[in-house]
Amino acid sequence: MKFGVIVFPGSNCDHDAYHVVSKHIGQPVDFVWHKDTDLSGYDAILIPGGFSYGDYLRAGALASFSPVMNAVKDFAADGKFVFGICNGFQILCETGLLPGALMRNADLHFVCKHVNIRTENTNTPYTSELEKGKVLSIPIAHAEGNYVCDEETMNSLEENGQIVFRYCDENGELSPEANPNGALSNIAGICNVDQNVIGMMPHPERACEEVLGSNDGRDIFRSLAKAITAAEARV
Amino acid sequence: MKAKVYVTLKPSVLDPQGKAIHHSLESLGYRDILDVRQGKYFEIALDDAAGEAEAREAAEKIAKEVLTNPIIEDYRVEIVQ
Repeated sequence: MKFGVIVFPGSNCDHDAYHVVSKHIGQPVDFVWHKDTDLSGYDAILIPGGFSYGDYLRAGALASFSPVMNAVKDFAADGKFVFGICNGFQILCETGLLPGALMRNADLHFVCKHVNIRTENTNTPYTSELEKGKVLSIPIAHAEGNYVCDEETMNSLEENGQIVFRYCDENGELSPEANPNGALSNIAGICNVDQNVIGMMPHPERACEEVLGSNDGRDIFRSLAKAITAAEARV
Repeated sequence: MKAKVYVTLKPSVLDPQGKAIHHSLESLGYRDILDVRQGKYFEIALDDAAGEAEAREAAEKIAKEVLTNPIIEDYRVEIVQ
């Protein structure tokens, strides 16, 4: 199994993602430059956090037009795994690989803190190692994480189990107070209908070792590694 | 020739920045302000050799495909000589 971490001008969580895959998942991983177009040989692509292209125009917008993202669209269409974190989530929404959009936080602040998120669906390649309802402590660091979509999209997200994580309090209860950015229905992370593409605003790659305050993020990467192993066995 | 492109949030989308500006205006003593919405403005210089219809078509395409996120934003294009 092999992971690729995409690097845009302005990515700043690329090394964290690389570190987690190599150290905690123990698998080979490459950096993939945004001008590259060949993703053959990879089983999963991580789109890391940061400020690609300085967040100019809209967060994630200019990155979504970069050459590598055309390759990522084909990669996702082949059923391979694409995992967007923070800016990566914004980029996936801008490319249309995930529905909806991420707007300026409701209180306009850049919010950087640990939050609690509740696991809403454990039948995805990214959450199979988690229990339903499990509360994870994962940091966020963003100014544009306010998830919005129209009612029709919201209904289909619910019906298809595409809402993977929601912001909650430490007991797993949803409330406006536990919602750090005003996201619709406390949405912290969603997947596509086929569940091979996921995006989330919280940073699980920053929560994989106790010294950083939480290792709750590890199970997400472990789930993905397990899904890749299962996919390899099917070939 | 120049294309002026105005990008605004859809009326159904909340605009927290516009709201914050509205509050500041009120605290500065401006009265009778009902609402403030913040948007973006782009000027695209185009070769005069292209006719106005062609320029409009190009600007509309750019506005639609790049300058706007259709989920949350609308756009309006003006062509000026």
